[in-house]
Amino acid sequence: MTIKEQQDRIIEDFEVFGDWMEKYEYIIQLGKDLPLIDPKYKTDDNLIRGCQSKVWLHAELIGGKLVFTADSDAVITKGLVGLVIQVLSGQTPKDIAEAEIYFIDAIGLTSHLSPTRSNGLLSMLKQIKLYAIGYQAKSLQN
Amino acid sequence: METTTAEHIIWQEADLIRNEFPILKQTVNGRPLVYLDNGATTQKPVSVIRSMQEYYTTYNSNVHRGVHTLSQQATAAYEAARHQVAAFIGAHHHEVVFTKGTTDAINLVANGFRKDILKEGDEVIISAMEHHSNIVPWQLACEEKNAKVKVVPINEKGELDMDKFRSMLNSRVKIVAITWVSNTMGTVNPVKEIISLAHEQGIPVLLDAAQAAAHIPIRVHELDVDFLALSGHKLFGPTGIGILYGKESWLDKLPPYQGGGDMIKHVTFEKTTYNEPPLKFEAGTPAICEAIGLGAAVAWASKLGIHRINAYEHQLTEYAINALRGIPGLRFIGEAKHRSGAISFLVGDTHPSDVGVLLDQQGIAVRTGHHCTQPLCDLFGIPGTVRASLAVYNNTEDIDRLVEGVQKAVTLLG
Repeated sequence: MTIKEQQDRIIEDFEVFGDWMEKYEYIIQLGKDLPLIDPKYKTDDNLIRGCQSKVWLHAELIGGKLVFTADSDAVITKGLVGLVIQVLSGQTPKDIAEAEIYFIDAIGLTSHLSPTRSNGLLSMLKQIKLYAIGYQAKSLQN
Repeated sequence: METTTAEHIIWQEADLIRNEFPILKQTVNGRPLVYLDNGATTQKPVSVIRSMQEYYTTYNSNVHRGVHTLSQQATAAYEAARHQVAAFIGAHHHEVVFTKGTTDAINLVANGFRKDILKEGDEVIISAMEHHSNIVPWQLACEEKNAKVKVVPINEKGELDMDKFRSMLNSRVKIVAITWVSNTMGTVNPVKEIISLAHEQGIPVLLDAAQAAAHIPIRVHELDVDFLALSGHKLFGPTGIGILYGKESWLDKLPPYQGGGDMIKHVTFEKTTYNEPPLKFEAGTPAICEAIGLGAAVAWASKLGIHRINAYEHQLTEYAINALRGIPGLRFIGEAKHRSGAISFLVGDTHPSDVGVLLDQQGIAVRTGHHCTQPLCDLFGIPGTVRASLAVYNNTEDIDRLVEGVQKAVTLLG
């Protein structure tokens, strides 16, 4: 699936939720189900500091695709991180660098991207883009 | 819990007080707003909002300069606000410096000590429960002078270790800068004892009263405190204004903080002489409207009576602590005997930020995180807390909604 298809799928998934509780139950479950990051990657170098919660993000280039694994100490943040990973992990650096991320807004979670939430999600998105741009530049050099 | 003593705010009166705060009459995420983030900032009564609107609508003008009528009106209102704040804390008006807030006031003093008082090997005493704004200004001052910041430890309940404090006082200590009330745990520190112990050794004391001002009566002369800092916005007033109280002798002694208009007596390119305090410390056009708003805020609080607010909040805090205690797995961070305002807690192994997000969904505003007291959270080995902080317009319904909200959040996070 392309990044756009992944985002549209998530938006469709979220349409079934009747109220905020169902929505957050789903996000919390996602957070609990997110595959654990290899402990060796849970380093200070991979730590994205938010004021409220921490996010660890690890990126690897496998067969021309960028694969992300991540973790957070807060389960809602972890669920949101899980959604971002569903959308962007396994895509090419070029596609990630050029992607427009609209699903968070569309599923009514924009407030989680507000800098005052400081939950690391906004910084994580920026970091993913930076990795993508970095790998893209590297591949152009080679 | 209801009482009819004149000293106490009775429940009917509490409803009237709440009615004076327009912002509280709204729904957030579909539920009536429960505002329990008063430690971060309090809401403003209609009298404060009106005073500021009136200023901009009818007599906006610069102060201490013009001969024209509006300027005189603005100057009179600005200085009247200084008198109101002075009366509120039991000071003389010339001992009250308008600042941007508590942080600015502490920086003013720390900067003066850095420049003229601190020397290599000197010490500044703070405590383990300080807000970053009463840590970092002293670190900056001490780093430059090779002086040391010494930290009074706390016990597991979040109370100062007073024996340790006594043992830390010596001739190298140039100032004790300590918070009156902990913004994270709500601990009320024994400030009278701290001041008298420090004074026995000739050491001045600065009190950070940011979290005390809306809750505890302040009488600076009775306390004999040397400096006291507070913020207008945590005292039903606007942001961008606060005060530094300083004993006259200290304000004379400290050097100017910033240079500019209003703080000068005479300027030539060779030498400038400075205005008398407090204007010596008020460079540039001040926050006139905000000062007037702060004047209206202390007038509002004085009319109600801070001692009555204190008695009411004391009962409400007890109610809240008892109600929260019933939530399985909840533990309080800070259980001091004497407390005010803030109640911090964690539930089971849930992350405070998750609880905060789910409370917000239910229209309940609390603060989560480290509350600008990272060293304190490190001490307890926690990422932060959920903090509910009360003000006089809160009631038992707010607390019931909080308890219900936390229970729902914990179930969802289960």
